[in-house]
Amino acid sequence: MMKVLMFGWEFPPHISGGLGTACYGLTRGLAGLKDVEVLFVIPKAFGDEDQSTIRLIGANKIPVACKEIVFEGKEKKMDSLEVQSEIIPYVNEEEFWNLKSKRYAAKTQFVKTDEGMKIDFSGTYGPNLMEEIKNYALVAEIIAKENNFDLIHAHDWLAYPAGIAAKNISGKPLVIHVHATDFDRSGGNVNPTVYAVEREGMEAADKIISVSNFTRKAIIEKYGIPPQKITTVYNAVEPVSADQKPLFKKGVNEKVVTFLGRITMQKGPEYFIESAYLVLKKMDNVRFVMAGSGDKMNEMVSRVAQLGMAEKFHFTGFLKSGDVYHMLQMTDVFVMPSVSEPFGIVPLEAMQADVPVIISNQSGVSEILNHAIKIDFWDTYAMADSIFGLLNYPALAGFLKKSGKKEVGGLTWHHSAKQVLEVYQNLLNM
Amino acid sequence: MKSICLFFQVHQPFRHRRYRFFDIGNDHYYYDDYANETILRKVAEKSYLPTNKLLLKLIKKMKGQFKVAFSITGVALEQFELYAPEVIKSFQDLAQTGCVEFLSETYSHSLPSLKNKAIFEQQVKLHDQLIFELFGQQPQVFRNTEMIYSDEIGARVYQMGYKGILTEGARHILGWKSPNFLYVNALNPRMKVLMRNFKLSDDISFRFSNSNWSEYPLTAEKFTGWLNKLDPKEEVVNLFLSYESLGERQPRESGIFEFMEHWVHNVVNSDTLKFATPSHVLEELQPISAVSVLHPISWADEERDLTAWLGNEMQKEAFEKLYKLSSRMERCSDSELNKDWNYLQASDHFYYMSTKFFSDGEVHSYFNPFDSPYEAFINFMNVLSDFKIRLNAMVPHEEEDQELAALHKIIDEKDKKIKKMEAELQRLRKSKLQQKPAAKRR
Repeated sequence: MMKVLMFGWEFPPHISGGLGTACYGLTRGLAGLKDVEVLFVIPKAFGDEDQSTIRLIGANKIPVACKEIVFEGKEKKMDSLEVQSEIIPYVNEEEFWNLKSKRYAAKTQFVKTDEGMKIDFSGTYGPNLMEEIKNYALVAEIIAKENNFDLIHAHDWLAYPAGIAAKNISGKPLVIHVHATDFDRSGGNVNPTVYAVEREGMEAADKIISVSNFTRKAIIEKYGIPPQKITTVYNAVEPVSADQKPLFKKGVNEKVVTFLGRITMQKGPEYFIESAYLVLKKMDNVRFVMAGSGDKMNEMVSRVAQLGMAEKFHFTGFLKSGDVYHMLQMTDVFVMPSVSEPFGIVPLEAMQADVPVIISNQSGVSEILNHAIKIDFWDTYAMADSIFGLLNYPALAGFLKKSGKKEVGGLTWHHSAKQVLEVYQNLLNM
Repeated sequence: MKSICLFFQVHQPFRHRRYRFFDIGNDHYYYDDYANETILRKVAEKSYLPTNKLLLKLIKKMKGQFKVAFSITGVALEQFELYAPEVIKSFQDLAQTGCVEFLSETYSHSLPSLKNKAIFEQQVKLHDQLIFELFGQQPQVFRNTEMIYSDEIGARVYQMGYKGILTEGARHILGWKSPNFLYVNALNPRMKVLMRNFKLSDDISFRFSNSNWSEYPLTAEKFTGWLNKLDPKEEVVNLFLSYESLGERQPRESGIFEFMEHWVHNVVNSDTLKFATPSHVLEELQPISAVSVLHPISWADEERDLTAWLGNEMQKEAFEKLYKLSSRMERCSDSELNKDWNYLQASDHFYYMSTKFFSDGEVHSYFNPFDSPYEAFINFMNVLSDFKIRLNAMVPHEEEDQELAALHKIIDEKDKKIKKMEAELQRLRKSKLQQKPAAKRR
């Protein structure tokens, strides 16, 4: 029985982005395989997480008995970490706005523990993020000491320090799983602190799993990691169960074209707007929806107003997961014009909901999908043409719905988990 | 004496440019002139011209012992006229030797044989006219687009006046039977059917330069040896190739031209083999049995069926929507529209929409100017939408449109009448003015 100690940052239902969903899917996939057991660690366990297939512990539940010693040891490595809210990834939309409206002074904090000697983690992406990452690593050492395992698997940069700490104390091999790099999140303006954490993780790792070849290439080129160290394992989707699919009718007798995601530079919302403008010039019975929120939202709202199409272009704000399903069910065409997308799981969810999708070539998911229309994110003419085609030529939408659903049905976590297991096995046999 | 029936298909479509929906109703030019010209020039220089030169040399050298057949589509000939007129000249030189037979086919390398009898006949007639104009031959044998054939198509083609037809010696049709005999149509035994020997044909056109092939390298001696090893009772070996195979798919450096030259020598000098064109084969050989083809076959892909063109819903939709315009096109005399109509019908447009390449066929993507079948479909439908708008203006569809058009016509006529009358009035007034002083004088 192979035992895996896995570090993540979030776990359903307390998630704000694709990371938690992917971790959940992967651990479930692994649980379906023989000979693997996963102990999943997150900073804060709420207690209502689905633990039917894995054992989950929260770092906030671990008493830190030897805090001082470990803390000093870590301080050397981590003392350059400072909090800057702008660089915070996967930020929960609501929190993001709260953060933006306040100003936080960077301050040095010592590890705070409660009466039971436990560290109180928020488990979110708040202003004390760097502090939490540091503390998380600290607790990781304790967990690594107290548990038996064969290897360590850390998801994304927030958990890399925890993975490294566990590796240092146990001497077990470390796999890091790159769901995104800061180049994706920042649109090129990489935060040096985050970059340093990422790079340190990649260098310390014995093996790296990337979610696409797109990301793999970034790891090789931007972080200088030798290619043979990196294996691509694509994400998948959980099959939708019947009760998750309430039949929902849209209120308008018009076609709906949807953008769904954070309204940030990474997701390319402005290209969606320009394409919408082109389409609206030619046809009238269509509405465009931009669902989500983010730092570019105001800019987008004013651009829509400037183009004079506000009555046909709607902003929904942040959508909860249930509303996402509703939104997809009202949707005739889903567009993901991401500028830089390591994977991109939402198009797969759209395909599950019988929605034809248009995705950018600059997304990892475009590497595995055949039955999607692929365009370059900057090519608004091609994007508009594809939207128009899907809305006006029913045979195209029909074919994509049918074959897309079939295709997405084949992308299972079971399959991805098998590839991850292969990585484990190769690593342990080395 | 076994006959070797060597046949080449020559076709180039007019490829569409990226035609966005913004262009619909605004811009009526659909073609990617740059791509069409570069591709045509490239293929002409690599394949058509050098091969024609070689064939002419061989025909002259063999003193009538070497014979070949071609079917050249109308759209290819139009492109030669535009971009490489010397290719037409070189085919004319070949035609003058008397050793080259030109077969009939559809003008646009199109698929109306599966859909619309009238359009099919019109396409064939148009093609044969052009062949007669350019090469002075009245085609006697028919070769349908991509070797598409069924009992029904064969019988219809007979009624159109052809004695024989070429098709694929598909394994699922022939079963244990050999393609190396002359067959007849199952519905009309007077219609002769020549079946392609796909193994030997593809040895040249696909495998010749493949160094992973167990028979690589293929020499003229080896190939002639295979022909001689066939059952002596077999009468004809039908080698039907795409003409680009010589020089383009199998490049000059592969030695394909030298192979051809030596192999032709070998056959001509052999006591057991000789060259024959399809018409000769029909005259000389007795058919041995009927071949029954209930569902259309073609020479494409492993399945040898129509799925490369009409395999998915998009292809079927585009095909349906295109030929829905048939009846109105018959009433349309506008030359520009008719030209576009011909180009639109090219089977290539449907081929680009095939989703088969996800599993099968580098061949599909190799010839495809589009990145995806979806893009191909959208582009074609955009073009078709614009074409429909133009056709509507010319030959109205809806009753209302018809009424409107009629009214427009009346208004136009009245306008003309008014102008005419105005002119008349003017003239009368003038003459009256001139007359007046005269009257005074009186």
